[in-house]
Amino acid sequence: MKNLSRLWSNTAVRIGLSVFVLLIGLGTCAPWLGTVDPAAMDSSFISVAPGVAGEMTLPDGTEKQHTFWMGSDNFGRDIWSRVLYGTRVSLAVGMTTALLALSTGALLGLLAGYFRLVDALLMRLMDGLMAIPPVLLAIALVAALGARFGTVVLAIAVPEIPRVTRLVRALVLTLREEPFVEAARALATPPALILWRHILPNALAPLIVQGTFVAASAVLTEAILSFLGLGLPADIPTWGNIMAEGRIQFTQHPSNVLFPALFLVPAILAINLLGDGLRDELDPKFSKRT
Amino acid sequence: MIAFLFKRLLATIPVLLVVVVVVFLILRLTPGDPAAVIGGDNASSDDIARIREQLGLAKPLVTQFAIWIGKVAEGDLGYSYFMNKPVWELIAQRIEPTLSLTVATLILAVVTALPLGTLAAWKMGGWLDRAVMAFSVTGFSVPVFVVGYVLIYVFALELNWLPVQGYVRIAHGFWPWLRQLILPCLALALIYVALLARVTRAAVSEALAEDFVRTARAKGISEAQVLFHHALTNAAVPIITVAGISAAQLIGGVVVTETVFSIPGLGQLTVDAVLSRDFPIIQGVVLLFSGVYVALNLLVDLSYVVLDPRIRY
Amino acid sequence: MAGPILEIERLRIALPAHGDREFAVDEVSLTIHAGHTLCVVGESGSGKSVLAMTVMGLLGRGLTPLAGRIRLGDSILLEEGRRLRESQWRALRGVQMGMVFQEPTTALNPVLSCGEQVDELLRAHTGWGRKERQSRVLETFSQVLLPNPDRIYQTYPHQLSGGQRQRVVIAMAMILKPALLICDEPTTALDVTTQAEILRLIARLQADEGSAVLFITHDMGVVAEIAHEVLVMHEGRSVEQGKAASVLGEPREAYTRMLLASIPSMVPPPPRARPGGTQAPILRALGVSKTYGERGWRQRHGAKAALSEASLAVWPGETVGVVGESGSGKSTLARCLIRLIEPSAGAIHWGETAVEGLSEARLRPLRSKVQIVFQDPNRSLNPRYPVGKSLIEGAINFGANAQDAHALALELMDRVRLPRVALGRYPHQFSGGQRQRLAIARALACRPEVLIADEAVSALDVSIQAQILDLLRELQDELGVALLFITHDLRVAAQLCDRVVVMEAGKIIEEGPTGELFRNPQRDYTRRLLAAAPSLDRLRESAHVGLLETDPAAPLFLGDSSPCAS
Repeated sequence: MKNLSRLWSNTAVRIGLSVFVLLIGLGTCAPWLGTVDPAAMDSSFISVAPGVAGEMTLPDGTEKQHTFWMGSDNFGRDIWSRVLYGTRVSLAVGMTTALLALSTGALLGLLAGYFRLVDALLMRLMDGLMAIPPVLLAIALVAALGARFGTVVLAIAVPEIPRVTRLVRALVLTLREEPFVEAARALATPPALILWRHILPNALAPLIVQGTFVAASAVLTEAILSFLGLGLPADIPTWGNIMAEGRIQFTQHPSNVLFPALFLVPAILAINLLGDGLRDELDPKFSKRT
Repeated sequence: MIAFLFKRLLATIPVLLVVVVVVFLILRLTPGDPAAVIGGDNASSDDIARIREQLGLAKPLVTQFAIWIGKVAEGDLGYSYFMNKPVWELIAQRIEPTLSLTVATLILAVVTALPLGTLAAWKMGGWLDRAVMAFSVTGFSVPVFVVGYVLIYVFALELNWLPVQGYVRIAHGFWPWLRQLILPCLALALIYVALLARVTRAAVSEALAEDFVRTARAKGISEAQVLFHHALTNAAVPIITVAGISAAQLIGGVVVTETVFSIPGLGQLTVDAVLSRDFPIIQGVVLLFSGVYVALNLLVDLSYVVLDPRIRY
Repeated sequence: MAGPILEIERLRIALPAHGDREFAVDEVSLTIHAGHTLCVVGESGSGKSVLAMTVMGLLGRGLTPLAGRIRLGDSILLEEGRRLRESQWRALRGVQMGMVFQEPTTALNPVLSCGEQVDELLRAHTGWGRKERQSRVLETFSQVLLPNPDRIYQTYPHQLSGGQRQRVVIAMAMILKPALLICDEPTTALDVTTQAEILRLIARLQADEGSAVLFITHDMGVVAEIAHEVLVMHEGRSVEQGKAASVLGEPREAYTRMLLASIPSMVPPPPRARPGGTQAPILRALGVSKTYGERGWRQRHGAKAALSEASLAVWPGETVGVVGESGSGKSTLARCLIRLIEPSAGAIHWGETAVEGLSEARLRPLRSKVQIVFQDPNRSLNPRYPVGKSLIEGAINFGANAQDAHALALELMDRVRLPRVALGRYPHQFSGGQRQRLAIARALACRPEVLIADEAVSALDVSIQAQILDLLRELQDELGVALLFITHDLRVAAQLCDRVVVMEAGKIIEEGPTGELFRNPQRDYTRRLLAAAPSLDRLRESAHVGLLETDPAAPLFLGDSSPCAS
């Protein structure tokens, strides 16, 4: 408990976590925040300016009084609704990718760090994967596998896995030399228990920090992929998709690109800040210096 | 020292091997028949069979790989499915804009980030330090295209100082070339400056906490000497390491920046190729970028020999 | 005699707000005259290093001088919280006062050559030309007895040994012949023979240049060898000070007496009855070698033999000491004996069983016989586990159920004199000495026949060290466990061990019962080792320390041979 309150006292953690939770809240409560179906098109409200209000015709025929807080796109869809529902998708992609990359990377890293044979083979593979610039690898994977939620998550996660593996491997290698691990060996503790009981708990803190950075990077990469037209299909609202669609009309209607950015940038920033703050608190090197 | 150089060179071979295999396999990951994809919806089964024959897709996987590797080694990166030119030629046409953009960005980034990071480390905890940290975390949190669009909005649309997009070859004049490059360079450099400033600050502050800095101060030399002659020289290795590794993000950023600013470089080529599933181009470009990245990091490794005498002897 | 070189009056330095006490240094005064050495002695946390750093003006952040005055020759460095401007400090550092630090491995910039680093000092303070600077540096290098000064000029710090690096640092401190030389534990990180050489060097330089020396140390033995005046510090305060002879010979304060008593004597006690004399040895090494080489296609001469044909035996209930300097292979031997590493050659027997070639899985059931306590108390216990869980890990591995294990944990806590309630706490809530007790308890939980202590007390303060040694002796008497004690400190070996094995460069060069070995060493190296250990015995035997007052140029150690290359 004392540890948690100490974490909370860090400004970066506070800001990062608060903004992040706020965004999740907004995404979850999307249906009740003055939105309509994000796919609903009304041709009488094409590319309207932010703040315009009027009677919108919904796909099922009904009419609804609606304010286009962020304006509408060139299909007549409400940007505000799309951005809010897009929060769900973008953040979901980010979190899922991070979890996938972390768990796979951690497992591989543990094995590589503790068993020398696995290490030799695995790290060559990881080095090779890291040599391909991550955005390019993601693009190529999406091109090959197609663009669905699962494949996009996979495409973004795969370039992140080598970095996590490297980190965990380095942690395991250092931890292995620690006296308390050697003591465990002398006490006849089998390797699996050593990994589980002694190495993993002490590697958790840097891993969590790295996890936040992976999550932030995932949200960023998803936005880039979508922006280039190479992410999730255009009908699924994500921040990147909305910006990609708004791109064509940017010079006349910059708001279509800038409003989603208003959500995208704080999201990534918040997660990165959270990671920074956690690292400052959890990394003994830093606490020694202040 | 020779052993070190040799080992490093040798180590790049398996890496390149993995890259090549991965790049090759990605095409084969496509569900369904690649020949059918290429042939399109209206192709007859004869057409598809012909395409398959043409591209050698019927042979066993290993043979296909061997043939492809052989060609790549000779410099033949294949023939574009849709643009009717050899991949190599397409790359050669588009390389100048990308090169200009990346080199200019690199220079700008290094010149900005190193002094910022060093000063932030020197006065750690002070206002400059906090400002640099805030700036850097923002820098790599904002996607390149957002920065690009904001810059365009402010400087091109509102203030009308700089062109909105496009590229001018250097052969057509230095100043127009530079003018076109300013906004894309700024957009792309932001993330690199952020990363470099961060690592510079961390490395220099770590060096400043070392015992030999205390010894240096006990000699009564000036703070400037301590900072540059002692701290920065020892921070050089981690800084240059991160600079090399982060080049990967720079390459990713190039693709996006070229799209935003409509620069006809390799990045745009890649995007167009992916949209049209033009695999030879995708393979060729990814191979090229990966090769450059590996070469760059090899250079970084070799630079250790110059920077750190413990490696030399 | 001219005025004092250094004068400190009632210095008070505040610690940052949430420290364990208010002042790092509290009302400390001292005076040093030219040609004299004042030793500030105290345990860790006593504030002695802070004192030295204040004089140099290199106080860390958070430490604020509140009151007091420091005067160096004619300059006032500090007065009532007011200090010199940074540029004035810089003019004094290296010129009027020089400093030698504790860790030679990290004291020099790794990317600059040694000559360049010393040259930098000359460039900052003098207007001399290149040639003159270079000759001065080379001259000083010979003064500090570095072999081949020309070569040393070009070499980088990592190419030199610890002793040589320390000489370079001393050269840097002394090159402009400062009036004051501050040494902050300069020999603590060095081997005992190197330590003797460095101490002798500092004494000689002082005699040649007439500098005043402020010498910080925790080792009373060193104080006895070199001090003219002594200041004993404890928790920031000055406990006792005065001439060395009176402070060491007739200490007034209890703390001083305690410090003096904690230094083990070099004279071994009479041998005790050999317990279990005719039984078979329970731990044996036969011709064990360990080579760390460059694996792969190039076998260069980089292959190092860390251990070479080492043979020793440990009988039930006895205490065997393994002594040697760094690089002697004693830690490697310990690790081979407990099979944390595999020997390259030779046999290792635990009781009847040969274990040198067994796989980890086959070894595990046997591991209860031999246990180990490591040197670093800070990292011996898993920081994420309550100590109770760590204690019983071994017992559980060997089949004890939860109830029995818990009872065992309680019993062990009693044995090592720690409160039972502490079982639920985490390692960081204990002090270094307490953590070492926990490590010992954990090792004993397996009911081993042999306990290997790998420099188990080297990282502790002397008073704590004495307590742990007493504990080990007690446990041995109660449980009959044999003890293999690895150490570089001969004084400890003298008091604790029945037999002593001496190692040098991976080989066992001499062994024998403690008393005989110490009185009658057979090998040259053993003799040097014994002579170099700083001890209070000469002090304890003679009534006063007159040696230092008479001829400063006389050699400090009996029967010395002075090797030049350290």
